[in-house]
Amino acid sequence: MSILVIAEHDNVNLVAATLHTVTAAQQIGGEIDLLIAGHSCEAATQVASQIMGINRVLVANDASLEGLLAENMANLVVTLAQDYTHVLCAATTFGKNFMPRAAALLDVSQISEISEVISADTFVRPVYAGNALAKIQSRDSIKLITVRITKFDAATAIGGSAPIETVSASPDSGLSRFIGLSSSKTERVELTSAAIVISGGRGMQNGENFQMLESVADKLGAAVGASRAAVDAGFVPNDYQVGQTGKVIAPDLYIAVGLSGAIQHLAGMKDSKTIVAINKDSEAPIFQVADYGLVADLFEAVPALDEALSD
Amino acid sequence: MKVLVGIKRVLDPQVKARVKADKSGIDLTNAKMTMNPFCENAVEEAIRLRESGAIEEVVALSIGAAKSEETLRNALALGADRAILVLTEEVLEPLALAKVIKAIVEKETPDLVLVGKQAIDDECNQTGQMLSALLDWPQATFASKLELVDGAAQVTREVDAGIEVINVNMPAVISADLRLNEPRYASLPNVMKAKRKPLDKIELADLGLDTANRLTTLEVMEPPARAAGMIVETVSELVDKLRNEAKVI
Ligand SMILES: Cc1cc2nc3c(=O)[nH]c(=O)nc-3n(C[C@H](O)[C@H](O)[C@H](O)COP(=O)(O)OP(=O)(O)OC[C@H]3O[C@@H](n4cnc5c(N)ncnc54)[C@H](O)[C@@H]3O)c2cc1C
Ligand SMILES: Nc1ncnc2c1ncn2[C@@H]1O[C@H](COP(=O)(O)O)[C@@H](O)[C@H]1O
Repeated sequence: MSILVIAEHDNVNLVAATLHTVTAAQQIGGEIDLLIAGHSCEAATQVASQIMGINRVLVANDASLEGLLAENMANLVVTLAQDYTHVLCAATTFGKNFMPRAAALLDVSQISEISEVISADTFVRPVYAGNALAKIQSRDSIKLITVRITKFDAATAIGGSAPIETVSASPDSGLSRFIGLSSSKTERVELTSAAIVISGGRGMQNGENFQMLESVADKLGAAVGASRAAVDAGFVPNDYQVGQTGKVIAPDLYIAVGLSGAIQHLAGMKDSKTIVAINKDSEAPIFQVADYGLVADLFEAVPALDEALSD
Repeated sequence: MKVLVGIKRVLDPQVKARVKADKSGIDLTNAKMTMNPFCENAVEEAIRLRESGAIEEVVALSIGAAKSEETLRNALALGADRAILVLTEEVLEPLALAKVIKAIVEKETPDLVLVGKQAIDDECNQTGQMLSALLDWPQATFASKLELVDGAAQVTREVDAGIEVINVNMPAVISADLRLNEPRYASLPNVMKAKRKPLDKIELADLGLDTANRLTTLEVMEPPARAAGMIVETVSELVDKLRNEAKVI
């Protein structure tokens, strides 16, 4: 077996999702190569070569890969895929974008968002917003797989010394152009890699009130998340959203404040190790998954929590 | 210009999916079915493009069992001009679906195909990307804003890092995210009118495609339930539990 893992990076560092994807590859077993594709991504290549258990780091560094457009990424993956039994990428918006495109060009089915490796051809994946788990077997000769990263631990990031080899990028498809990316960068830890997350819902009432959560987050070294209702209402940017349509996370501690716990929200956080719910409605479904529930008005409870954490 | 919209009939998102006792799948007998929410956004966007004068015709397409006609009638009630139903009792994988949609695209020659970013049942998030690959068209997934300018589509995409903007040549395949728009409701007169709008039915077999599935579902299981938690009375009790019992802070 030989596996190609497609790394996600910001040219300098790897996105944590990559390390979790490497673990999924290790569970399948066999030699693992890592692909760094991008433009001016030399630094990320060096970081990648230190991951434990990597056979080779392949680097495609080309202007056509600026913005990592799906068309150019898929063409690159197709030229490399023939040498592998499996191609893996994290089920992030990056992986979800080009992986199915590459699969179709290879005439194989993609296995989306696996949560467990049973064997080299059999995997488990959540369906119906996490209300069921499907065990799937693939007959394709090359298996293209995206990985639900919360279900696999991070591989060891240092200690390895994989050789770096250059591969050539495919010519620019000319079909699409990258215009720009605006990110709501904060000083705080990133939502998908945070050990503690505090999320607010519609009950927060407005964007200013999220400062209460940010203050608690600062004390705990936590990231701030939100429900779809809070994002739709414009309280916080879209990349805060946790759930079926947002990010899937599994921190050690998830604190849900003024959000009801709709099925689609639970789909994004119910694998968290410890869940706390603060809601004034004791019937709110979030209490069904909470390890610790506090039935209270958030406008009293959150300042009190902030205070208690200052001690 | 013409837009083709891919529509899937799914279990209503408000209904909790129940795994069948024999683990062969989800029990859908008598379950409330509806249009996949992301497809509602795709239809809405297509109708708005027509209302703005940017395009002339909206064609709704579904691949599925005869009951999918209901979902297509709903799309017609919302404002689609006509519909195509490719009939099959089998549940096709996205690769096969993409091949079927491609065959329809070749007949209909739309300038744009709009799909939902994912079906909320199988959660594959593949069909649009696969279709654009097979057509050798550009793709723009997870669209939260779409503008047609000078024969190209400027698309704002919701990505993990924030908001990305790309520009894709037309024809293109675009997949809708929930914030692309706020879908309308169908008015009663429009529901009545939709009954008379044209709806073509095609047997899948008549398209002569290889739509064999590559994946086998061995079993569908219930996820493990979370152990019941407890209610704490005060914030200080909560902090104490988090520090000394769960040891997470
Ligand atoms: C296809 C689809 C995908 C979706 N994807 C997502 C997703 O990814 N993420 C997501 O979150 N949702 C998603 N949703 C939406 C989801 O169904 C819910 O509508 C949404 O999660 C509700 O957000 P909320 O809990 O903040 O709001 P509400 O359901 O309105 O809940 C607000 C809660 O705040 C409580 N509250 C109000 N005031 C106070 C107060 N002063 N003190 C304490 N508590 C208070 C209320 O008791 C209530 O429980 C999706 C829906 C669909 C159909
Ligand atoms: N049976 C179907 N008929 C028509 N369009 C479909 C069908 N299944 C999926 N699609 C389209 O593809 C999108 C993504 O589905 P999926 O790739 O299954 O997550 C859906 O939102 C639809 O727009």
